Amino acid sequence: MSKFNKKKKGDLPAVNTASLPDIVFMLLFFFMVATVMRDNELKIKNELPAANQVEKLDKKELIMYIYAGKPNFGYQSKFGTEARIQLNDKFSEVSDIPAFIYSERESKREELRPFLTTALKVDKQTKMGIVGDIKQELRKVNALKINYTTRIGDVSLNKK
Amino acid sequence: MARRSSPEVNAGSMADIAFLLLIFFLVTTTIETDSGISRKLPPMEELEEDVVIKQKNIFTVLLNGKDQLLVEDELMALEDLREAAIEFLDNGGGTGDDACSFCKGKNDKSSSDNPDKAIISLKNERETSYATYISVQNELVAAYTHLRNIRAQELYGYSYSEMMKNYKDVNWPGNRDALKENINRLRKEYPQKLSEVQQ
Repeated sequence: MSKFNKKKKGDLPAVNTASLPDIVFMLLFFFMVATVMRDNELKIKNELPAANQVEKLDKKELIMYIYAGKPNFGYQSKFGTEARIQLNDKFSEVSDIPAFIYSERESKREELRPFLTTALKVDKQTKMGIVGDIKQELRKVNALKINYTTRIGDVSLNKK
Repeated sequence: MARRSSPEVNAGSMADIAFLLLIFFLVTTTIETDSGISRKLPPMEELEEDVVIKQKNIFTVLLNGKDQLLVEDELMALEDLREAAIEFLDNGGGTGDDACSFCKGKNDKSSSDNPDKAIISLKNERETSYATYISVQNELVAAYTHLRNIRAQELYGYSYSEMMKNYKDVNWPGNRDALKENINRLRKEYPQKLSEVQQ
């Protein structure tokens, strides 16, 4: 009998794939941890203008976001088509900005507060009137570091 | 009693399931960092101290409600703004204490004395569109960066943009303190004096 079971020489053994799931899981965990889900849903149109003299905004935890733009189609019946401000998850008025800044400051550690930056994410079709109002409010609460968030690209892209 | 061994679960499809999840997260991940033009707003309580600034040291840029650009009371296309700003800042028309030793401009007596004195005043109307405003800001920042680049090339052999990149890079092997000092010197020679007029 034994002569039938004899191993043939030169036959390659199958590669052991038992550790494949482990490797894939490792990658999976990396991406799960690195993924940042968008935390506030935008209710406004937010197409940023382009600029190429930009600085990167690292340190995400030190940034307060103020959005402005026309309300999305679904909200237009309620909020009209004029540009509005969005703070966190809801439409706001210019007068809500100081309270928003104070609450954001309150939520940060004290030694980090001087480094807070306000990122203005404003739709490119917005008029400067509302942006000027936002800036004025920010000056009142002494939030002087601002950043006009843009896409990276040549300014010629901003023309209609 | 017959002892039955429990059947082994087939784990062959585990890799497939994990791959599926992996691909989902790969697709949804955005490792994005925002970028933009940083500005500092002037503080609210201003010192009530009138500083007399010579008219020739002010470069007025006005954006009207129809997104037209008026530079020093003349209509200008956005493409020409950078060049005009560079010419104004680097003019170096001053004499005596105000003389500028490194300017390469035309030394026009009716334009700015030196980059430290030169102020760009930007005024916009409520009807100006944000896109145009950002374009103008971008061009003005570009003018400053251009001048700093040239000066850095002259002093240190590489451009200001490159220096900034090295400074931000934590793995850069060079001497950071010296670099910081060089950057500060450039910033002092060409300070960004951009004032925005309140509506």
